Amino acid sequence: MPLNKIELVCPAGSLPALKTAVDNGADCVYMGFRDDTNARNFTGLNFNLANAKEGVRYAHAKGKKVLLALNTYPQASGWQRWITAIDNAAELGMDAVILADPGLMQYATKTHPGLRLHLSVQGSATNYEAINFYHELFGIQRAVVPRVLALAQVEQLMANAKVEIELFGFGGLCVMVEGRCALSSYATGDSPNTCGVCSPPKAVRWQETPKGLESRLNGILIDRYDAGENAGYPTLCKGRFDVSGETYYAIEEPTSLNTLELLPELLRMGIAAIKIEGRQRSPAYVGQVTKVWRQAIDSCQRDPLSFAVNPAWMAELGKVSEGQQQTLGAYYRPWK
Amino acid sequence: MKLALGPVLYYWSCDTMLKFYDEMADAPVDIIYLGETVCSRRHLLRLQDYLDIAERLVASGKEVVISTQTLIESENDVKTLRKITDNENFKVEANDMGAVRLMANKMPFVAGSTLNVYNPQTLDLLAGLGAMRWVMPVEMSREALVSIQDNRQQNLETEVLAYGRLPLAFSARCFTARHNNLQKDDCQFRCLDYADGLILKTREGQPFLNLNGIQTQSALVHNLIGELDALQNAGVDVVRISPQAHHTDEILRLFRGCLEQRMPHASALAQIEKLMPEASCNGYWYGRPGLDFIHNNSLDSIA
Repeated sequence: MPLNKIELVCPAGSLPALKTAVDNGADCVYMGFRDDTNARNFTGLNFNLANAKEGVRYAHAKGKKVLLALNTYPQASGWQRWITAIDNAAELGMDAVILADPGLMQYATKTHPGLRLHLSVQGSATNYEAINFYHELFGIQRAVVPRVLALAQVEQLMANAKVEIELFGFGGLCVMVEGRCALSSYATGDSPNTCGVCSPPKAVRWQETPKGLESRLNGILIDRYDAGENAGYPTLCKGRFDVSGETYYAIEEPTSLNTLELLPELLRMGIAAIKIEGRQRSPAYVGQVTKVWRQAIDSCQRDPLSFAVNPAWMAELGKVSEGQQQTLGAYYRPWK
Repeated sequence: MKLALGPVLYYWSCDTMLKFYDEMADAPVDIIYLGETVCSRRHLLRLQDYLDIAERLVASGKEVVISTQTLIESENDVKTLRKITDNENFKVEANDMGAVRLMANKMPFVAGSTLNVYNPQTLDLLAGLGAMRWVMPVEMSREALVSIQDNRQQNLETEVLAYGRLPLAFSARCFTARHNNLQKDDCQFRCLDYADGLILKTREGQPFLNLNGIQTQSALVHNLIGELDALQNAGVDVVRISPQAHHTDEILRLFRGCLEQRMPHASALAQIEKLMPEASCNGYWYGRPGLDFIHNNSLDSIA
C-alpha cells in the first residue's frame, strides 16, 4: 500500500534561514511579517515585503511551498494591519496563510477566495468538532493541532476531521494549550495572543547575586542557578518555583519536543505534515534540524517497517535542544 | 448591571457542592453558571447532578447556564459536550469552538472567554451564529473592550470577570498530580485536597500562580469592585464572580451593595480584601501586566 507523503514544514525567521531550510530538504517553509501579526514577534526577526518576495521566489523556483503565519488575534485598533498582511500574502503568492482569528478567516474567505487557509495551533482546536467548525465556515484545509493530545487522541480526531492534520514534530514545547495561555501577559503585559510574544526579551533581567545567577521576568524571579548549572532563557512556565515548600520545575522542565521515533506511527496515521518549531532560532539550527528530519522522513517512507532512529540524528538534534533534554510530550500519554 | 456566579473551578466534594448551591439559591445573584469546565476526571457530580441543581436554582429565580469543558480532547469529552449542547432546558456557555459548532443556529448560547473574541468582526460572527452574550477574554483591557463595544450588535450582552483568581492557562498536563509525583491518569483526585488550588510561589516567596489541576490561575485575586462605574460606562451588562472555598456569599453581597448604590465602592473594597485568599490585582483592566494593582483614585473622593 503506498503511504501518504508527509510534508516537512520548517521555520524561517529570516531570508537566510528560509534558503537554508529549502536547501536542506524542507517541503514547506513558514514565515511571518516583521510585526505583531505573527506569534514570533521578535526584534530583528521576520520578513519585510521585499524579503518575503525574494523568499517566495527562491522556494517556488525549487518547487517548495511558503506559508505565512498570521496567527495572533487582532484587536480593533490594529485590524487594518492584519488585513493588509492577508492582502499582501495573496499578492505575494503565498501557498497558504496560517490563521487563528475567526474574524480574519472570514475576511480572507470573502476577499481572497482562492487563498488556502490553515488553522494555526493558536486556534486551540483540540477536537474534530472545533476543526470542522473552521472548515465549514471558512473552508480551512489544514489544522495544526496543539501539543496537548496523546497520539491515540490525534488518531480519533483524524477519523472525524474533514481537513488535513499537521503536528509539531520538533522544537520548543508549549506545555499549555496554545491560544489559551495568558501567563506571559499576567507577568509582563504581552501575550502570544495579542502581541505575538511569550516571556518577551524586553522583560528579562539577569543578575549575579550571592545566591547565584538570577533570571527575572518583569522583576519576578523565574529561576536561580548555582555555579555550574546551565542557565536557560526564562520562559516563565519553565522556571523553578516553590510549591508547599518544595522547589522544582513545577510546570515543565526546559526541554524540547522530539518525535523522531514516532515517525512510522505518524506515517501510518496519515498525518499530512510535520512542523519544526523555531522561527526565532538561527539559520544553523534550521539547517541542522531540517537535514536530520529530511533523512529520517525519507528513510521511513522508503521502508517504514524497518525504520530505526539513527543515533547520529538524535545526537545532532540533542545539540540544538533546549536544556539539552528531549521529550515525546503529550503524544506519549504517561508524560501528562 | 446583572451579577453572575461563574462555575466552580475547583474540585469540591459532592456534599460541599450541594451545600454551596443551596446557599447560592438564596444569594443575591442573577445568573449562575454550572458545570465542570476544567477536568474530565472530576466526576463526583455528573451532568445529571448539575441539571438537578439547575432545576432547583431556576425554581429560586436564577437564570442558569451550563458551562462546557474548556479543553476537549478525547471522544468521551466530545460525547459529554454533545449531551450538554443537546439539552433543551438550559442555555449553554460554549468554552470551545467545538461547542459553538454544536450550538450554532440551534439555540442561543453564551460565548465563553476562552473563545478568544478580541475584535468586533469575530464578535459579529458569533452573534450571527446565535451568541446572546459574550465573555471578555481575561487579558483584555478596558480600552480594547470599549472599542469592541462601540461596534457591538444590539441584543448582545457583554460579561466581564470582575472577581476571582484569573484562569490563565490550560494544559494537557496536570500540575496538581505532578506536585504529588503522580501521573494524570492515576491522579488519585488530589485536587480534592486543595479547595482553593495550590499556591506556586517564586523562590523568594512571592505568590505568583495557583495550580488547579490542568488549569493554571493567578495567585492574586482579580478584583474590579473598584471599577464598577467604569464597567457600567463601558456598556458591560453582566459582572462575573468566580467562586472560592469561603465567603463567596459575602462577596456577592458586597458587589450587590455597590451595584444597587447602597455601598460606597471604597468601603466595599476595604471589606472585600478581608475575605480574599490573596491580595487584589486588576492590571489587565488598565492594559498592564495582569498582576499589577492600580488604585482607582476616584474612589478616594467618593469615600
